[in-house]
Amino acid sequence: MTDITELGIAAIRDGVASGEFTAVEVAEAFNSNVAAASALNAFIVETPEIALSMAKSVDDDRAAGKDLGKMAGVPIGMKDLFCTEGTQTTAASNILGGFVPQYESTVSANLWKAGAGMLGKLNLDQFAMGSSNETSAFGNVISPWRISGGNNAPLAPGGSSGGSSTAVSARLCPAATGTDTGGSIRQPAAFTGITGIKPTYGRCSRWGVVAFASSLDQAGPMAHDVRDCAIMLESMAGFDPKDSTSLDLPVPDWEAALNSDLKGKKVGVPREYRMDGTDQDILDSWDQGIAWLKDAGADIVDISLPHTKYALPAYYIIAPAEASSNLSRYDGVRYGMRELPEGANLQDMYAATRSEGFGPEVKRRIMIGTYVLSAGFYDAYYTQAQKVRTLISQDFKAAFQQCDVILAPTTPTASFPLGDKDKDPLSMYLNDVFAVPASMAGLPAMSVPCGLNKDGLPLGLQIIGNMFDEQGVLNAGLAIEERAGFTARPNKWW
Amino acid sequence: MSVDKETVTKIASLARIAINDDEAEALVPELNNILGWVEQLGEVDCSGVEPMTAVIPNELRMRDDIINADPLTGGGVRDKILANAPDAEAGFFAVPKVIE
Repeated sequence: MTDITELGIAAIRDGVASGEFTAVEVAEAFNSNVAAASALNAFIVETPEIALSMAKSVDDDRAAGKDLGKMAGVPIGMKDLFCTEGTQTTAASNILGGFVPQYESTVSANLWKAGAGMLGKLNLDQFAMGSSNETSAFGNVISPWRISGGNNAPLAPGGSSGGSSTAVSARLCPAATGTDTGGSIRQPAAFTGITGIKPTYGRCSRWGVVAFASSLDQAGPMAHDVRDCAIMLESMAGFDPKDSTSLDLPVPDWEAALNSDLKGKKVGVPREYRMDGTDQDILDSWDQGIAWLKDAGADIVDISLPHTKYALPAYYIIAPAEASSNLSRYDGVRYGMRELPEGANLQDMYAATRSEGFGPEVKRRIMIGTYVLSAGFYDAYYTQAQKVRTLISQDFKAAFQQCDVILAPTTPTASFPLGDKDKDPLSMYLNDVFAVPASMAGLPAMSVPCGLNKDGLPLGLQIIGNMFDEQGVLNAGLAIEERAGFTARPNKWW
Repeated sequence: MSVDKETVTKIASLARIAINDDEAEALVPELNNILGWVEQLGEVDCSGVEPMTAVIPNELRMRDDIINADPLTGGGVRDKILANAPDAEAGFFAVPKVIE
């Protein structure tokens, strides 16, 4: 019999539906992979019993002849940013230590409704702030990948969805949820040789997702391939009246409409993305991607996104500003930890709790956000950044007059060793330089693995689509996936 | 624009984050490094450009005027709301004395 843990969403769903194996067998197989992989530190909480009981109810439904959901029998990892009723949710921060939500996030509820099960809560950068999963209060996540040729230095799985990327890449789960504020799905997907898509802002409800920067936060799937992403995104997305920015649009049947024939499609290649400091391997993979999309029938168009270089600095004003506001809710009164020094008054308690509970990167961003929103600086920083954001969005609008999708690298480098960049916040921020512009414009964007660099580490290509055009993104991703034939996997050492 | 130790201490106080002198000292170059880098936004000519308010065009909805239309966000869940409180007494959140 095939090893079930090698299978992705579509194969598991079909195998459970046809009776080739049961959902309980699937859950057991992944539970044992999870239990054997503590060296990767991908999970904050493991929930094998929940996975089994959810699988059992799928098997019962099948035996009773009931209709099965789109992800029936597929156990997944849940980024620990989604509130899960009765299961600890921390955003990888001590300030939410021991927090047990009394309700379920809309996205996770949608997934359970579709028949998915939960293997556990996945580690991440604290409050999703980071690009290497080194800011978690629960320790670093280690990438399953290693540089070829005997160097066993632990590598970054990317961030903030580093637990998700590691877990899928190491086959601890067939798929996982991610969230993307400025690249947190795409960058870790690229670092670990998996596929991930951030849909149009508003496709997936933010209700019950621990907030970082609300105008940017968007959930999405991380999985083996494009088809699996399409299936899982269908299960996650949908209108939710409890999120004021939720899109009131029907969820398309993205899987059924997958089509890698790009005849008549125009693919834009933004000249401003040819930046100094980008690895030659990455530039080569981009050229290769252009050739693949040509081969799929697309016309290649040179486009310009003139404000590209300003997207990252604007992001590092807007995201911290929103974070400083969102994270003001952690006050030691309503949930999470409380630090109450002897004789402290209420104000002292707030300050002591937040000092003790937040990690250094979270504090840094709250401080930046507080500063740029403070009297006298608001217009110079925050208003200016929001104007630049308008210009970035207009750049994309103009580009999509000339093309259907945009092709770019996902990251300027492959994965780097843990500890390489964590002392210098700015050099860490720069790793998201290609991912942030699409986030700033709220556009759907995906990373698809395209090959290995000279060190044997995975590289990703990014496809950015027009608003609401996840289908165009998925189709171009599929065209790349079919031609890249990416089958490389990390050698198991954990 | 750059910050000094005094400004850092003031920001920390506004953000309700307790920091000591050494931490404030360490944060000065860190914050200045980031603020110096975002300064480049000043180069962009934004005359006549409206600041972004909604990234995807969307209308703010009004909900139907029905009590507890969605039980998840309706009332009557006091115990659930208090379930994670570090200190809850008699159905309330308890905090240190506020009035001297």
